[in-house]
Amino acid sequence: MIGTAFLIVIGLAFMFMALARRQAFGVADGNLAQLHSRPGYHGLYAFLIAALAGSATLMVVTIGGNIAINAALMSQIADALPDALRIERQLVLSDAIALAEGRLSSQDDALRQAVAVRFTQLEGMRVWGALGLGLIVASLTGGQALRSVSLGFRARNRSEQILRGILAACAVIAVLTTIGIVLSLIFETLSFFDKIGWRVDKYLFGTRWSPLSGVSAGQMDPDRVGAVPLFAGTFLITIIAMLVAVPIGLFAAIYLSDFASKRVRAIAKPMLEILAGVPTVVYGFFAAITVAPFIRRTGESIGLDVASESALAAGVVMGIMIIPFISSLSDDVINAVPQSLRDGSYGLGATKAETIRQVVLPAALPGIVSAVLLGISRAVGETMIVVMAAGQGANLTLNPLEAVTTVTVQIVMLITGDTEASTAAGPAFTLGFTLFCITLALNIYALRTVRKYREMYD
Amino acid sequence: MVALSDLSTSHGSAAALSRLRKRRRAEVRLKAYGIAAISLAALALVTLMSTVVGQAVDALTETYITLDVPLDPEEIDPEGTGDPAEIGRYNYDGLVKDVLKETFPSVSGRSARRELYGIVSGGAQFELREQVMADPSLLGQTVAVPMLASDVTDLYLKGRYGALRPQDHSGNLSVTLDEDGEVATIESSAPDFANALAEVKDLLSDQAAFLRNQARLQDRGARVFAEDAAEMDESDERTSLLAQSEARAAEADRLLAEADALDVRANADLGQEALTTSAPSLLLQVNGAWIKMTEVSTSGGVGEVLYGQPSAENAAPSEWSYSLHQTPETARKISDRQIAMVEVLKEQGQVEQVFNTRFFSAGDSREPELAGIWGAAVGSFWTMLVTFSLAFPIGVMAAIYLEEFAPKNRFTDFVEVNINNLAAVPSIVFGLLGLAVFLGFFGVPRSSPLAGGIVLALMTLPTIIIASRAAIRAVPPSIRDAALGLGASRLQTSFHHVLPLAMPGILTGTIIGMAQALGETAPLIMIGMVAFIVDIPTGITDSATVLPVQVFRWSDFPERAFEARTAAAICMLLLFLVVMNAIAVFLRKRFERRW
Amino acid sequence: MTNMRMAEQAARHQDNKIEARDVHVYYGANEAIKGVDVDILDKTVTAFIGPSGCGKSTFLRCLNRMNDTIDGCRITGQILMDGDDIYARSVDPVQLRAKVGMVFQKPNPFPKSIYDNVAYGPRIHGLVSNKADLDEVVEKSLRRAAIWDEAKDRLNEPGTGLSGGQQQRLCIARAIATAPEVLLMDEPCSALDPIATAQIEELIDELRSSFSVVIVTHSMQQAARVSQKTAFFHLGEVMEYDDTPKIFTNPENPKTQDYITGRYG
Repeated sequence: MIGTAFLIVIGLAFMFMALARRQAFGVADGNLAQLHSRPGYHGLYAFLIAALAGSATLMVVTIGGNIAINAALMSQIADALPDALRIERQLVLSDAIALAEGRLSSQDDALRQAVAVRFTQLEGMRVWGALGLGLIVASLTGGQALRSVSLGFRARNRSEQILRGILAACAVIAVLTTIGIVLSLIFETLSFFDKIGWRVDKYLFGTRWSPLSGVSAGQMDPDRVGAVPLFAGTFLITIIAMLVAVPIGLFAAIYLSDFASKRVRAIAKPMLEILAGVPTVVYGFFAAITVAPFIRRTGESIGLDVASESALAAGVVMGIMIIPFISSLSDDVINAVPQSLRDGSYGLGATKAETIRQVVLPAALPGIVSAVLLGISRAVGETMIVVMAAGQGANLTLNPLEAVTTVTVQIVMLITGDTEASTAAGPAFTLGFTLFCITLALNIYALRTVRKYREMYD
Repeated sequence: MVALSDLSTSHGSAAALSRLRKRRRAEVRLKAYGIAAISLAALALVTLMSTVVGQAVDALTETYITLDVPLDPEEIDPEGTGDPAEIGRYNYDGLVKDVLKETFPSVSGRSARRELYGIVSGGAQFELREQVMADPSLLGQTVAVPMLASDVTDLYLKGRYGALRPQDHSGNLSVTLDEDGEVATIESSAPDFANALAEVKDLLSDQAAFLRNQARLQDRGARVFAEDAAEMDESDERTSLLAQSEARAAEADRLLAEADALDVRANADLGQEALTTSAPSLLLQVNGAWIKMTEVSTSGGVGEVLYGQPSAENAAPSEWSYSLHQTPETARKISDRQIAMVEVLKEQGQVEQVFNTRFFSAGDSREPELAGIWGAAVGSFWTMLVTFSLAFPIGVMAAIYLEEFAPKNRFTDFVEVNINNLAAVPSIVFGLLGLAVFLGFFGVPRSSPLAGGIVLALMTLPTIIIASRAAIRAVPPSIRDAALGLGASRLQTSFHHVLPLAMPGILTGTIIGMAQALGETAPLIMIGMVAFIVDIPTGITDSATVLPVQVFRWSDFPERAFEARTAAAICMLLLFLVVMNAIAVFLRKRFERRW
Repeated sequence: MTNMRMAEQAARHQDNKIEARDVHVYYGANEAIKGVDVDILDKTVTAFIGPSGCGKSTFLRCLNRMNDTIDGCRITGQILMDGDDIYARSVDPVQLRAKVGMVFQKPNPFPKSIYDNVAYGPRIHGLVSNKADLDEVVEKSLRRAAIWDEAKDRLNEPGTGLSGGQQQRLCIARAIATAPEVLLMDEPCSALDPIATAQIEELIDELRSSFSVVIVTHSMQQAARVSQKTAFFHLGEVMEYDDTPKIFTNPENPKTQDYITGRYG
């Protein structure tokens, strides 16, 4: 519905565009050079302001209407069920909306029917109101643009200003995304902390994680929300991953930048790129189907007891996933070490190995460190591999042969689990917020180091 | 005192030479590490790919069992309307089952029947129904209908549950049945079953060895408890520890005795051994009937009739055969009876394997043999459409603004830092954002390509912006100067001159970003695209799933046939990614200019 | 007569540190050096001059096989050092470069401390066995490179913190510390200001007492000031090679004349 309304408003704006263009031709009266701006720009200006103002109105009315309808219906339900909990009222509301839209609802009674009827009315008002207001505003602004068509009117400058604003708005979307992430995470996190009586310490340092087992009357048991096993599991898998990825990635980068012939490079680089392009879900499949059973069998053959979802399997595969990441970033920084330093070392009679170890690597160290940090940040936030190959039980151990769980696994389990969304969202978003903070800190530090490093040799 | 001039003589000295050799060795070592690292990465890639492709092969064909179906018009369309809707109302499930019962009339009993029904897919009835509805003139005929085999049958025929190995035999066989006709006593005139008996005895030896190992562990436990007891002062604890120790010693003795008994049986030359659940299956075929042996001696034994009428008197070696299946029945999904029936059908030429077009045209299903990826592929298409139409224009415009218009101030710096950081935020966090903001606040439909596309667009945006900025920056300033010098505005310069020149680079970056988005799974799980959706989505607000999520879901199913389908879905996904990246490489090679 | 010639040749051999015979250098299909014969005398400063792209730097880099590190570079002909072919299979370029040190156009101190920069060569070649000796080598090298006074109080600070001229002298000290017999300098002053240049030139003259120095330079004045022998390179060939005063006052080749009088550069 709203989509159609939007298209109608845009159509109206196109009409104003054509009108303004014709009018500009008329004003110029055959001598286009008299016009400050070419007729096309008058059209563009009319289109832009009509479309912008119209669709902005549409959006405000739609979203505002949505909120208003929700409030009105909730108060209607509250009047009918003064004793009910908020969650129960919300259930009534969603049932009523389902009824109104002809879908199946969990229950069907007089109240729900009444609310459904009211919803249909209000919803109709909202859609028609949005379309009507949008059209009115678009016509007013479009008409204004038509009236302003004249020889001296600076339509080009104006429309370029507007376009520039649109460009800037696009750039700001990145900032809005960050703000959106922070706000949505913080909101649920605070409500979760409220549910555990602000025992943030219990969340950060507690060792028992079973958040959904202690829910009663909207409160959670602070003794069951200790995230330490999750942090430990994430840490363990990350360490294993980095033990695989850093040496392999770094040696590969060193070899490719300073030893490999052109032919080897032409084969090895695309190979690493392919490794980087493999979706993580494929790595997860690989870990679960091939690597985990392999590690289990190998362990059994030498008499070790290996869990079928061992941290080792997930960690090794995650390491493979991060190899190309480390190697390409390290390759970049190693190549950025100026040739003159290498020449200086060779000129003194150093071998390649000595040059790399004693001159190139120390010079590239900051860059390599930040590559590793970015790698860690990826490992910490990686989801699919651990969801498919790591365990689900919160098990506090540092034994890589046992099953551990991670922050991301728990988020997925909470969100996709059977528990009601409003209950599971609290711990899930809190874990998400923790994850965001950790990776953000790593990223900012690493990116800043890389930037400084680049500036040093640029 | 060290004189520099003296030092120079040391360059050619023997010490320097041996030192040089050592230095060269260090260099070779470093190089070897590098080669090892590259090789390990290559090995990982090759293993990954070969695993996936090797698994996927099974999903490329499907099995059909052709059965004669009598289509009785009295039953199916009693009124004689010829109306497809009327015909469609008939119970085709029952019809399929009846046909199966007809084919194997001697199979009786609930569990045996269930095994019988299990050889064709639950989806066979729907195909039959559609066939009849599409052509009502079939009514009254007996039609040879290819019915889709179940996943278990299919995998058995592909050899995924091990193979039946026919055994040599030379004797004449006599089979006598008991009164119920269910238990058969088997007697061959030659020691034809000696091989099988040996296999069973080997198994007994293995079991004995296992028990001995267990006994050793118990024994060790007993010693540990006894030592602990010796160190204890408290008499109570000592008694309890001693009791523990004794219990374990007794258990060890019992296990050893059991092992000895097994060994005696294993080493005895003759005798009749029972085939336990962990023993290989021994299937005997005579007169077109099948027997599963439950006890075996060198020249005969006792068996359970799986199917048919096997009684025989002195059947010549050519009239009977027997085979051995190494995997015990309990360790595979297909039962011995099903194997017997499938083998019979195969012998009669009623089984054929064809290319699995269903996999590429069907939606999801709980039954592996019915499941396809088309639904997920279409879902991916809609999602990518949304992602592209949001991320591409926004990303390019943001890049133009940042490169061509943005003043160099703190805010621009902040935007830039923001974009770089967003590129490294874990994808699952974007999923949470989508869940809270787009699903919760804006009310975008759950599980829809619209929701997924928006989330992926936000994720891809940084990649596109960064690539586009690089491409725009690579356009030399002289082009801008030329356009500005002709009186074009900065906006005209950007859109008319800079953007077209930067387009190949921008498109390359966009395709790479889209390829990332195509493989992304976690954020889509967060916004409910992981639901079980059979229908092919027809628009961006329908419930849908996407290829990588489909891979994730299937990999979670216990049925073994899903493994092959998961791998095949991965192959499709990888194929799309390869194509996209190939296009990106082509664009880069073909159009990218270096100034 | 024959005896005399033989004796003369022997004497020449003794004086000649490096002899290049018909050296050709190719970058892929492109011939950068087209048959160069030059003898470099011991304890002498030899200058290579010529317009840009004439191959003087390329030839210089042949003398310690630095061109080996460049992909697609091929060298034919013979370069003898003390009578031995430095391109022989048995010669390890690493060992050769220890004997033929090099100083580059742009100062390139390693991102390490001043001390470690200078100690780098002695350490990798194992020239000294203990810390005290190493300290001494570092000090002597820094002194020879006339930077000791400026650096002695900041030996543990990074070499990159020095000024351009100081950095270049540090690089010279670094090269000296490896105890080479020949020192190659590839336009060592082109990135420096006039005062730093003067210091380096003074240093080069001083170094002549212990090393044979080969310097590539853009500046004819510099060549005239520091060198005893000068080779004029043009389009990959040596047009003229003689005593420096003769080249600058009475060149035989008209091209040399044109170059030093500034007809082209």
